[in-house]
Amino acid sequence: MSQHNPLLQVEHLSVHYPIKGGFFSKVTGHLHAVDDVSFSIEAGTTLGLVGESGCGKSTIGRQIVRLEKPTSGSIRYQGLELTSASKEELTRVRTDLQMVFQDSYSSLNPQKHIFQILADPMLYHGITTRPQAEAEVDRLLDMVGMPKSAKNRYPHEFSGGQRQRIAIAKALCLRPKLIVCDEPVSALDVSIQAQILNLFRTLQQELGLAYLFIGHGLGAVNYVSHRIAVMYLGQIIEIADAKELFRNPVHPYTRALCDAAPIPDPAARGTTGITLRNEAISPVDPPAGCRFLPRCPFATDACRHYTGALFPLHAGSNHLTTCRRAEKEGI
Amino acid sequence: MAKYITKRILIAIPVLLLITVIDFALMSLSGNPLEMMGGARVTEAALAQRAINWGLDKPIWVQYFIWLFGLVQGDLGVSYTTFQPVSSMIAAHLGPTLLLMGAALVLSLVFSLLGGVFSATHAYSKGDYTVVSLSFLGSSVPSFFLALLLIYLFTVRLGWLPSSGMSTLGVGGGVWDILKHMIMPTLVLAVGLTGTNIRYFRSAVLGILQQDYLRTARAKGIGRTRVIYKHALRNAMLTVITVIGMQIPMLFGGAVVVEQVFSWPGLGLMTMNAITGRDYPVIMGVCLFTAVVVLLGNLITDILYVVVDPTISFQKEERT
Amino acid sequence: MNRKHYLNERTKKGRVVLSPQESETYLQTIWRRFKRHKLAIISSILLAVLVLAALLAPLVYPYDPVITVGEFSQPPSWQHWLGTDQIGRDQLSRLLHGMRISLLVGIMAAGVSTVVGVVLGLISGFFGGVVDMVIMRITDAIMSFPYVLLVLVAASIFEPGLWTIIFILGLVDWPGVARLVRGNVLSLRESNFVKSSQLSGMPKRYLLFSDILPNTIAPVLVYATSVVALSILDEAALSFLGMGIQLPTASLGNMLNGAENLSILTGKPWLWVPPGLVIILLVVAINFIGDALRDALDPTST
Repeated sequence: MSQHNPLLQVEHLSVHYPIKGGFFSKVTGHLHAVDDVSFSIEAGTTLGLVGESGCGKSTIGRQIVRLEKPTSGSIRYQGLELTSASKEELTRVRTDLQMVFQDSYSSLNPQKHIFQILADPMLYHGITTRPQAEAEVDRLLDMVGMPKSAKNRYPHEFSGGQRQRIAIAKALCLRPKLIVCDEPVSALDVSIQAQILNLFRTLQQELGLAYLFIGHGLGAVNYVSHRIAVMYLGQIIEIADAKELFRNPVHPYTRALCDAAPIPDPAARGTTGITLRNEAISPVDPPAGCRFLPRCPFATDACRHYTGALFPLHAGSNHLTTCRRAEKEGI
Repeated sequence: MAKYITKRILIAIPVLLLITVIDFALMSLSGNPLEMMGGARVTEAALAQRAINWGLDKPIWVQYFIWLFGLVQGDLGVSYTTFQPVSSMIAAHLGPTLLLMGAALVLSLVFSLLGGVFSATHAYSKGDYTVVSLSFLGSSVPSFFLALLLIYLFTVRLGWLPSSGMSTLGVGGGVWDILKHMIMPTLVLAVGLTGTNIRYFRSAVLGILQQDYLRTARAKGIGRTRVIYKHALRNAMLTVITVIGMQIPMLFGGAVVVEQVFSWPGLGLMTMNAITGRDYPVIMGVCLFTAVVVLLGNLITDILYVVVDPTISFQKEERT
Repeated sequence: MNRKHYLNERTKKGRVVLSPQESETYLQTIWRRFKRHKLAIISSILLAVLVLAALLAPLVYPYDPVITVGEFSQPPSWQHWLGTDQIGRDQLSRLLHGMRISLLVGIMAAGVSTVVGVVLGLISGFFGGVVDMVIMRITDAIMSFPYVLLVLVAASIFEPGLWTIIFILGLVDWPGVARLVRGNVLSLRESNFVKSSQLSGMPKRYLLFSDILPNTIAPVLVYATSVVALSILDEAALSFLGMGIQLPTASLGNMLNGAENLSILTGKPWLWVPPGLVIILLVVAINFIGDALRDALDPTST
């Protein structure tokens, strides 16, 4: 284990946005979008990241592909510290980290046809040459299940699902190792969602890609993930292998999410009967103690003093949670 | 609120200074005003003396600071042609212009609200197309040409309305007399504004009519007329405010042309005379005055915005 | 209303099958939407005729616009279709040449303001910071100035003449373009496809000229048409006030100049009505075309 180096290692990542107000835009507080988050992704595997909107999951995605800079913490890709890497080092790994966005319409330049969208980056980085570009684009389109004829058309001529396939092709064109998928199927019809999720799985097997797969429900995420992290108000509150998480959800929030996820096998279904209360605390300068406290049906006075640190359920386990009550009561 | 206003005023100051600098620099390029006064009866010595009195012998930037220093004390300088203080000249000509502008603004708001609401509620009908086409026509007619047409019709052919000045000489200007003189210039100013406004109001009301809350109101059985006038128009107020704010500079500009054609004794006519006579202090004074009015107008617009629409907060404004 | 027609959503073993139907190019879409505006079509034809007449005037019309060719102040006749002016110049010839000037001023002024506005707007929106603040304060200053007043002041400073007018109008109109472009850049910079290009490690010039600029052309084009119309009106007003195109060169505005004289106004309508009508026709036509373009280029339109 000591020699082991994961593809991506995130440690103690925090992102705080200043909130400005008053005269001369003084900083009046900080929005804690992400608070002390740590996880890692192995090459060729998928980490699912689940949570309600505004919990900071998309922020983490943007941090990893370097669209934003963190307030503190470390993001290491193949051992390279991205937060302090030099420009040259970043350019070297730039193309390894790609992203697929939720809104497939705005992720393709409406003024360019598909060939340009896919070929321009490859030509710029010298991955292909002009004479070979056509064949290369055909190959990419083929990989994502699109016919060759698509390359002469404009984005507005395609449906949402088709555009998402093209967006995936665009993410693939620079031969990345890790793709951040920011709710890539949330905006699609359910029937199309399955196709796209299958496509993600096939591509992973063929190309050995790693994904950070972000979603707001466990349904879609569970389908593609090896490991799942559940986020609440900027913190990871539970992280475990996908099967283990479903079999043995510990945190009350995770249990509520599991209840909401569709499970094909009726026998495996079962509800924990958790009803969440509907009063959340603000992510602006949140108080110490468990952030889930106001919504938790099992909250006790002691929960006010628990920090948000993850701990293993039992020694050596890779199932981690922040819920101390679980430790005490041995759930 | 008070903080916000202070902040806006503080931002406006550099803009104003920039305006005066640009203005002063441009005008110093234009030539010496003394050239305009040279003539048989003016001796060289008198001109030189005048140059010293007005500080024209000093470098331009010194002249600028002298002028700016006077400004801080409320002194806009003295006109080169009438020898009156600029501030009192502006004050004397402001009334007629404000009268004209106010009347034109009210008239155009009434017409364009009626036209805009009609157009939006009858969207894509023949009536709508007619109104919109007319509005394009309104904003495409040069104001001076319209003025000439009106003078031709109402003064020359029909003899109903006077074509120049603010009151009839000798009669002394009762309310009715001034009103008669006002009709044509007001109409000319209003037509151009109405043309643009109708389309703003049309799209504003059209946007509001598609909102969910209006559908809800209609579903609740509130009558069509009441829905439009009570719910939609209140929300269209935002557009009205924006439009008024936007049109203050347009009105000042339009007034120059209209006052010239109708010899209306307002700021526009005075400015035109100052421009042809290279009367720097007057031009500077008018420019600065109008800029202050326009910036003030913008500020009031923004404040009214917040008063009318509670969802817009100053905070939001600041973050963008 | 046409429905937005997607290519058929069909898949076979997880692969998308596109129907072979011919797809509509962007230009075809624009043309289909533009055609819906009858008035704009009529305006385009009218404008084409006027432009052609103005361009070909020296070739097909026999009279020189600046030379006395007949008797003074003659009403329209077979020889001089629109009569002659106070010093015996042919009015139709002056009208056609005036139109050339108006169109030239309108298009050139719009060109100058568009180029300046696009460049400064791109810089302002893309680089932000101090540069942005300075540019925006300048636009504030120019825009909070009564427009006509600024033009008049400028016109009184520089020698009046064709290129002065173009220069002045161009300098007055660019802030609108700059703000439009800046706003577009700011919103496009946040769009996913620009971020996606950023992730692909594309250089800044690619983001700016290949991603952002092409997507701001449509609104700028629409705005530019209204600047053409406005500039034609402004030139006319300036020349009417005697601060624009100087005699003997004919311009639609300075042809109306004489109408302030009561005897011309009452007795010789052929001297001032035609140029006024031509200004209205030109400006209305351009405005209708601009309105139809706005609709045709609107990406949310069907």
